[in-house]
Amino acid sequence: MPAEHAFPDSAAKNASGEIEAERMSISMGPSHPSTHGVLRLQMELDGEVVRKAEPVIGYLHRGDEKIAENMTYNQFVPYTDRLDYLAPLANNMAYAIAVEKLAKLEIPPRCQAIRVITAEMARISAHLLGLGAFGIDVGAWTVFLYSFTEREKLYKLFEELTGARFTTSYSRIGGVTRDVPEGWTGRVNAFCEQFLPRLEETLSLLTRSRIFVDRTAGIGVISKEDAIAYGLTGPNLRASGVPLDLRKDKPYSGYEQYDFDVPVGTKGDGYDRYLVRGEEMRQSARIIRQAVARFPGGSWQAEGARRIVAPPKDRVLTSMEELIQNFMIVTEGPQMPAGEVYFEAENPKGALGFFIVSKGGGVPWRLKIRAPSFCNLSILPKVCVGAMMADIVSILGSLDFVMGECDR
Amino acid sequence: MIDFFFGLPVPVQALLKGIAVIGVIFPIAAACSMAERKVCAWIQSRSGPNRALPPIFAWIPGAGILQRLGVWQLMADGGKFVFKEEPLPDHVNKLYYTLAPVVAMVPAFTTVTVVPFGAYLGPGGRVIPLALANVDIGILAVFAVASLGVYSLILAGWASNSKYPFLGGVRASAQLISYELSMVLAVLPVFLWVNEPGTAGTLSLARVVEFQSRPGFWGGAWFLLTMPVSALVFAVALFAETNRQPFDMPESEADLVGGFHTEYGAFKWSLFFVAEYANMIVGSAVFALLFLGGWNLFPGISLARLLGGLHHLTGWALWLHPLVAGLASIAILLGKVLATIFVFMWIRWTVPRFRYDQVMRLGWQKLLPLSIANLIAYTIGIALLQR
Repeated sequence: MPAEHAFPDSAAKNASGEIEAERMSISMGPSHPSTHGVLRLQMELDGEVVRKAEPVIGYLHRGDEKIAENMTYNQFVPYTDRLDYLAPLANNMAYAIAVEKLAKLEIPPRCQAIRVITAEMARISAHLLGLGAFGIDVGAWTVFLYSFTEREKLYKLFEELTGARFTTSYSRIGGVTRDVPEGWTGRVNAFCEQFLPRLEETLSLLTRSRIFVDRTAGIGVISKEDAIAYGLTGPNLRASGVPLDLRKDKPYSGYEQYDFDVPVGTKGDGYDRYLVRGEEMRQSARIIRQAVARFPGGSWQAEGARRIVAPPKDRVLTSMEELIQNFMIVTEGPQMPAGEVYFEAENPKGALGFFIVSKGGGVPWRLKIRAPSFCNLSILPKVCVGAMMADIVSILGSLDFVMGECDR
Repeated sequence: MIDFFFGLPVPVQALLKGIAVIGVIFPIAAACSMAERKVCAWIQSRSGPNRALPPIFAWIPGAGILQRLGVWQLMADGGKFVFKEEPLPDHVNKLYYTLAPVVAMVPAFTTVTVVPFGAYLGPGGRVIPLALANVDIGILAVFAVASLGVYSLILAGWASNSKYPFLGGVRASAQLISYELSMVLAVLPVFLWVNEPGTAGTLSLARVVEFQSRPGFWGGAWFLLTMPVSALVFAVALFAETNRQPFDMPESEADLVGGFHTEYGAFKWSLFFVAEYANMIVGSAVFALLFLGGWNLFPGISLARLLGGLHHLTGWALWLHPLVAGLASIAILLGKVLATIFVFMWIRWTVPRFRYDQVMRLGWQKLLPLSIANLIAYTIGIALLQR
């Protein structure tokens, strides 16, 4: 025990002359059940009250941005799976749209609809996990299992569509890897049909639960001003009362055609964030059902971009011209014009942005990722101070971040 | 048989009783841990453990049913705890670290001895309770010994010499002491009622059951019906005392990793949980004895009346045999205990967990005033009624 903390002779006194208890410095994470991956919080505790919390990040740093400079645009798609690994389809789409914006490609409506459906399914899947993990953080295990039952059904649909449950890598520059399988949209619709009642059932375990409200209401309050100042996006920002949703404000991939509401919270506490996520899942299901109802036909890949979009496989095997085209795209990468582009999409965790600098050719010169979880975590030192030890897990659960994206 | 037992020297008797406690409570505690996993699986709409089946037993008919019930899994788990390596971290206080699980087990198993678990009808239809030690101070002994259990959590938290267990130990000490108060105050009205003027005062649990089996409206009614507030306070305090969610502050795994047992593993870890389940069993048994009529099947139908009625209905003298009465009473009480434990599990897997200060606030600001008001109300009421 250092001399300055020795009790009681030289006990630290605060401004009003009261003896302050000895503080305990405690490290929460990177291997802790409630830090959602490898976040580490270096905290100072006064009894059970947190006086200081310092997030230590970087345990999952892989250098994705640098990796991107060493591979062609299409080769980077699997890396986007691993950003917010709970919503890989949404990441794939955001990245593809950013590159397509650089190339000024027109995306056919069918491809846009597929992307909207998959992105919204990814949103449901990510929010379900957020909800379940939040449940575990406050001790409600059953919510977690209920939400995972639904996620499993989504994973089955993802697997059918992309061949992978988790790391989907579904987007390609100028389109998607393959068209939707026969009858898939019907099964998606059937999922939405049965999902909504199940969602209500799951949420009913928490929404009116006195213990849950006690654990979340008024905990981790983020004011509107703070939310904007710290660059929060997504449900965390909307829960603080800022109605910013890029799907509405800067529509992409045809989101302007769909009718949906943007839920907004009032207090900005954990309970509001929970309610906003719950409502977003209902709205996502609404979007999916609209998209399925008016699912357009036609091509699922951009046409007329011979140096970007690979030709159909059957033509590659039969025609010399297409064989060469395919070979060039695979080896040299999709040929992009020189220029800079920034695009951000409304991902489940917030605005996922890609800033791409191209000097022409098939490889980006620089690729910067704006990760919503990184910005959302920046507010932790502010909201954690004064909270109880057990509130920290409630706050972390309500912020719903993914370290894969934060550390990238 | 009984005469033979009482003919044995006292130390041998005590040894046999001790073995009986371990032999009964260990399997029930283990079965409860499996029931916990199965109940939570049902609540979460999944199957729970249903895979383990040692190939050498696969040919036995019925082994498949046991497999689906997870019985083999239970044995595998038990075996694992016994045979896996016993870690003893370098940074712990080795003596107290090793002692803590033992300290957890001793009170849990000692309380079992004073809890009557059944009764048989003696000569003249007199109900004679079955207990390993039928002491007159029954409930007092339970409280006195059970409250020692808190030392194990403090000891474990402190001896682990690690921050998360330390926090768990601190929480445990405050929580368990706070809720003990409400718990004792909640059962006082029961004993006020039972000890009418003119009778010899007693704190015996068997006496409470006997009172609930008396004919007549007030006597035959369970205390759950006549003292709902006491029953509620006692049940809530029981959750807190046995560290069950929503009150599992000492081990709340979301923020404290594992709480007081973070640094424990293998057999020592499992001892904590056997103790926890033993506490749950004893707590549920006390709850069933005090508020659910013990070995009386329904309110108003005492064991003697039930067996007498069956005898009357069927004409079999077998119903009046002491052994039948004893087994029936044990079965009824066990059924009630298991039902209470099921409610424990049901609540655990349905509601979230309180925060530590909310637990304390609930204990001191809600439960304690409620139990005091309840005590005063019943004191006055009983005085007026029995005058």
